[in-house]
Amino acid sequence: MTHKRLTLFAGHYGSGKTNIALNYARWLRRKGEAVTVADLDIVNPYFRTKDSEEDLKKEGIGLIVSPFANSNLDVPAMPKETYALIAERGECGVLDIGGDDRGALALGRYVPEIRAEGDYEMLFVINRARPLTRTVADTILVLREIEAACGLPFTAIVNNTNLGQATAAADVLSSMPYAEAVAARAGLPLKMTCCAARLCDALRGSIPNLFPMEIQKLYYQLR
Amino acid sequence: MQEKVLMKGNEAIAEAAILAGCRHYLGSPITPQTEIAAYMAKKMPKIGGTFLQDESEIAAINMVYGVAATGKRAMTSSSSPGIALKCEGISYLAGADLPAVIVNVQRGGPGLGGIQPSQSDYFLATRGPGHGDFHVLVLAPASVQEMADLTGKAFDLAEKYRMPAMLLADGTMGQMMEPVQLPEPRDPDTIEKDWAVTGTKCQRKHHVVNSLYLSPAELERLNIERFERYAEIEKNECMWEAFMMEDAEVCIVSCGITARVSRNAIVEARKQGIKVGMIRPITLWPFPKAPLRKAADQVKRFVCVELNMGQMREDVQLAVACKKPVDLCFRVGGMIPSPDEVLDAIRKANEGGND
Repeated sequence: MTHKRLTLFAGHYGSGKTNIALNYARWLRRKGEAVTVADLDIVNPYFRTKDSEEDLKKEGIGLIVSPFANSNLDVPAMPKETYALIAERGECGVLDIGGDDRGALALGRYVPEIRAEGDYEMLFVINRARPLTRTVADTILVLREIEAACGLPFTAIVNNTNLGQATAAADVLSSMPYAEAVAARAGLPLKMTCCAARLCDALRGSIPNLFPMEIQKLYYQLR
Repeated sequence: MQEKVLMKGNEAIAEAAILAGCRHYLGSPITPQTEIAAYMAKKMPKIGGTFLQDESEIAAINMVYGVAATGKRAMTSSSSPGIALKCEGISYLAGADLPAVIVNVQRGGPGLGGIQPSQSDYFLATRGPGHGDFHVLVLAPASVQEMADLTGKAFDLAEKYRMPAMLLADGTMGQMMEPVQLPEPRDPDTIEKDWAVTGTKCQRKHHVVNSLYLSPAELERLNIERFERYAEIEKNECMWEAFMMEDAEVCIVSCGITARVSRNAIVEARKQGIKVGMIRPITLWPFPKAPLRKAADQVKRFVCVELNMGQMREDVQLAVACKKPVDLCFRVGGMIPSPDEVLDAIRKANEGGND
């Protein structure tokens, strides 16, 4: 699978963008790229990239995140370093965009620089198990809303259908016709299908461009 | 049966309210419950319902009063500081014997406090949130599935007893994602409401929805009647879950996210040979006193695990009539205890506590 210098993950609220962004950054790092994750999420108050800050540091992956993330302050501030990541052609950038059109609004201010850069992918993350994106039509509606809000068209689809820790291989398999239909309707390629690493053996061979993921650091798994 | 979906707790509340027949949501965004308002804003117009973003929490609760008076299912939601604003209106709902659902996804306080999770509105919810003598039903979900199930239950109980019900969740419950089996849609308009203000069509005497009584004697009678109804509720509607209590010598009492953390700690403690279990109140009012009173004859100590300075501990102490000591394991300000912290508290209690 190829990559561009800048990779943007946007999509419906709760589709799994943050988790994919972190795993994609690790995948780039393993390919030998210098990489920094930029957290552009101004919507989500809990469960953020900030939770993985220590792990990323150890792996040599940079993180640009609002100084107020995970604090008690509800301020949607964006760090200035994001501009440098986009404009300076040093390292790979993985951009985690907030959910829905509301979250994507914050991306708008960077769009001129991203277009000027040119070497980017704008990926639409979909999860059929989310109640507001269960049909192809509803999913396309979210795609159009996000594009309208940020002013940057998507370049490919990422299928991340999952039911959290309860996901079975069958859930991923049965989502493929939906993911292919969304891609066809949007006129975009299906770049990859994500799955928990534990499901990888069961799915290898049945799904093209499978992207195995470790779940973002949870301090403990709740019973 | 509906297919399982992956939802945030807040979204599960919103969808479950719609499935329970609620078509009137009056509220506004506030972290960490914003997704309820956002979900309603997206979905209500598609199904012919009403989403109305209020200019203040006080306006929202009074619009809920208006909708409820017509016998329709109405819901509002907010987080701690917003709920404090709604309290006057909740008292008016209680005084007019109107059913409604108020969702409180709690954050740290007091004052503006913070946006991280908390359970510090326990007193506010369980002691009657507002002026005057009254109670509201208080339900405390501990999973995204329960967020959905208890929302429907809250509407049903509120209508059955003609009183407001509060869904008391913490920020973590609102924000965490888990698979949910949503209930089937229902049409509550099929239930006859012989008190609703729906127009007499000149065929019956008009109904009156009101909380002002000119005669003190009549107001006294209504207060006493209302408390007779509350006694019925305490007898019939207590909900709780017992976890590994069969042979327990230490009993955890906890609700919401801390009950989930406690389950992890209990399983770990059991591996170390400590006989510990949990009674998890699901209704906080009515408080499940009976199972706690019974457990007091069985266990050495109780340990309350809470995201406040020990508010539920007082109810546990009252329930067990100080028969056994009740320890407290807590974090506040938006912090959550880890399973290890709860495990430490269990170990201490098992060894006889601090006294």
